[in-house]
Amino acid sequence: MALLTTKALTKHFDGLVANNAIDLDVPQGSLFAVIGPNGAGKTTFFSMVSGFLASTSGSIAFDGRDITRVPQHEIAAMGLVRTFQLVQLFKGMSVAENVEVGCHLATKGGVAASLFRPAWFRKQELEVRERAHELLEFVGLSAQADLDAELLPYGQQRLLELARALAAKPKLLLLDEPAAGLNTHETEGLAEIIQKINAQGTTVLLIEHDVALVTRIADRIAVLDFGRKIAEGTPEEIKAHPEVIAAYLGVEEGANA
Amino acid sequence: MTSPAITSAKPAAKFASRFDRFQIGLLALAGLSVAGTLMYGGYLLTVMQLAMIYGVFCIGLNFFMGYTGQASFGQNAFACIGGYGTAILCVQYGWEPVLALIASMVIAGFFALIIGYPTLRLRGHYLAMATFSLGLITYDISIQWTSVTQGYMGYAGIPPLGIGSFTIDSERWKLVALAVLLMFSFWLSLRMRDSRFGRGLRAIAGSESGAAALGVRVPRFKLIAFVVAALYASAAGSLFAHTVGFISPEVYGPQMAVMTFTMLFVGGVGTIVGPIIGAVVTSLLQEVVRGSGHFQDIAYAVVLLATLIYAPKGLSALGALFRRKKEA
Repeated sequence: MALLTTKALTKHFDGLVANNAIDLDVPQGSLFAVIGPNGAGKTTFFSMVSGFLASTSGSIAFDGRDITRVPQHEIAAMGLVRTFQLVQLFKGMSVAENVEVGCHLATKGGVAASLFRPAWFRKQELEVRERAHELLEFVGLSAQADLDAELLPYGQQRLLELARALAAKPKLLLLDEPAAGLNTHETEGLAEIIQKINAQGTTVLLIEHDVALVTRIADRIAVLDFGRKIAEGTPEEIKAHPEVIAAYLGVEEGANA
Repeated sequence: MTSPAITSAKPAAKFASRFDRFQIGLLALAGLSVAGTLMYGGYLLTVMQLAMIYGVFCIGLNFFMGYTGQASFGQNAFACIGGYGTAILCVQYGWEPVLALIASMVIAGFFALIIGYPTLRLRGHYLAMATFSLGLITYDISIQWTSVTQGYMGYAGIPPLGIGSFTIDSERWKLVALAVLLMFSFWLSLRMRDSRFGRGLRAIAGSESGAAALGVRVPRFKLIAFVVAALYASAAGSLFAHTVGFISPEVYGPQMAVMTFTMLFVGGVGTIVGPIIGAVVTSLLQEVVRGSGHFQDIAYAVVLLATLIYAPKGLSALGALFRRKKEA
C-alpha cells in the first residue's frame, strides 16, 4: 500500500512550470529516492508534499487522507516530517535541546503545564531527555550533547537534523539532500544511518544529488528533469534508462533515441 | 533502559548548561547591590525599586525578543494599561491594590491577544514598526483621553501594595517586596523556558521553518509569547504605580520603550539572567549620567551602541569570553 501518493501534482511560479503533473506512489516501508539535476524541481516537490508550499493543481494523499490543502502543522502532526537542504538548526540551543524540540509532536502541555508541572509533565520531561539521549547515541553525537548546536561541524549538523526529525516519530521521513556538502566518509556514515532508520520501519523519501549513494541504498527511484518525472524504477532500471543518462550527461533529448 | 544513575545525572547537567558560573556571579552581584542599597538607604532605594520593576518588564520582553526572537518596541503599551488600570481601579473605585494589579494584567493580556493576532503576521522590520506605533498610539491615548486618564495631570495617591489592612509603606520594605516579586517572576520565566513551550519558542528564534517542520505551531507560539510579555509588562506598569504612587503618560511613553530595550541588550537578549542584570546595571548607570541633564539620552545611546558592537550578547554572555580563553 502506498503511504504517500501524488496525482498530477503541479506547481507554477508565474510563467515557470516548476513541477509538471507529477504522479508518485511511495510504498509503505520503502526507501524511495527522487533524483534529478539542479533545478529539476525536487525541492519544490518536497515543499508541496510537506505543506510548506501550496500546489497549483493536483492532489497529495498521505496515510489514506487527502492532504492537498491541509495546513503544514497538521501534516507534520500526521507523521510526515521533513528536513531541509540548508540545515535549519536551532541556534542558541544545545545539541540535546535541538533533539528535545523534535519531541514536540510526541508530547503535550503548554504554559500552564510548564508553570504547575503536574506529575505527568515531569515524567514527560524526563522521557524527552532520555529520548534525546538515545537518538544522539543512535547518530553518534552523544558526546556533543551539551555543546551549542551552532558549534558542530557541518557533517554533524546534518546528523543532528536527522536525530531531531526522528524524535518526532515520523511515519514518513522526507530528507532534502542530506548528503549535500558531506565528504565521502561522512556520506558513508549517513547512508548507514538512513538504512538503519528504514530498517526500523520508517518510510524514507529522499531527495539526492549523489546518484551513486542513491542507487546503492534506495529500493525505488524516481527521476525528475525540468519539472517532469522522466523515469521511475529500481536502481538497476534507472541506471540503464536512456533518458536518465541523457538528463545527467546533458545530452539533447532525442539525440540518442 | 538507561540506568537510574544516568537519568538522575542528566537534569543536573542541564542546570549547569543553563547557568554558567559567570551568570550566577552576576546575579549575586545584583543581589549584593540590593542588600547594599537596603543598608545605605536614601535616594538609591528609589533607583533600585525602579530597577526591580524594569527587571520584571524586561523578563517579559526577553520572552518575546530573546527566546522567540521577535521584535517589539511597543511593550510599553501594556505597561501603560497595567499602570492606568491599577490607578483607576484603586483611586476611583477603591480596589485592593493586589486585585487591581491582577485585573489590569487580565485586561492587558486580552488586548495583547486581539492586537497580536493580526500584528504578529508581520516579520522583522515590519513587526518592529507596527509594535512601535502601538506604543505611540497608547501614549497618545493616555494623553488625550482625559476623562479616563486625566491627561498630563496623571493619577496621584495610588496606594502602595499590601493585603487588607497590611500595606508596605516603608521604602526599604517596598524594595524587599519588589526584589521578591522579581525573583518570583524570574522563577516563573525559568519554568516556562525549560519546558516543551519554552523550547518551542526558542526553536522559532533559531529557525522558523525548522520549528514548523517539527510541528511547532509558529503563529500560535508567537502570539502566546507576546501575551506573556504583555502580562509581565502590565505587572511592571502596575508595580510602578503602587511603588511611586503617581503616574503620568510620560512614565509609559516611548522613553520607556527605549530604556527597557537598552536594559535588555545591555544585560543580554535571550540570556537567562540578562533582563535582571541589564535592569540593575542600566538603572545605576542612569544615576551616574543623570548629572549630564539633557545628555542622558545620548548617554543611553552610547551605552547601547557600545554594547551592540562590543558585547552583542550583553553582559551575561561575557562569561563565554573567559571560558574560551581558558580553553585556548
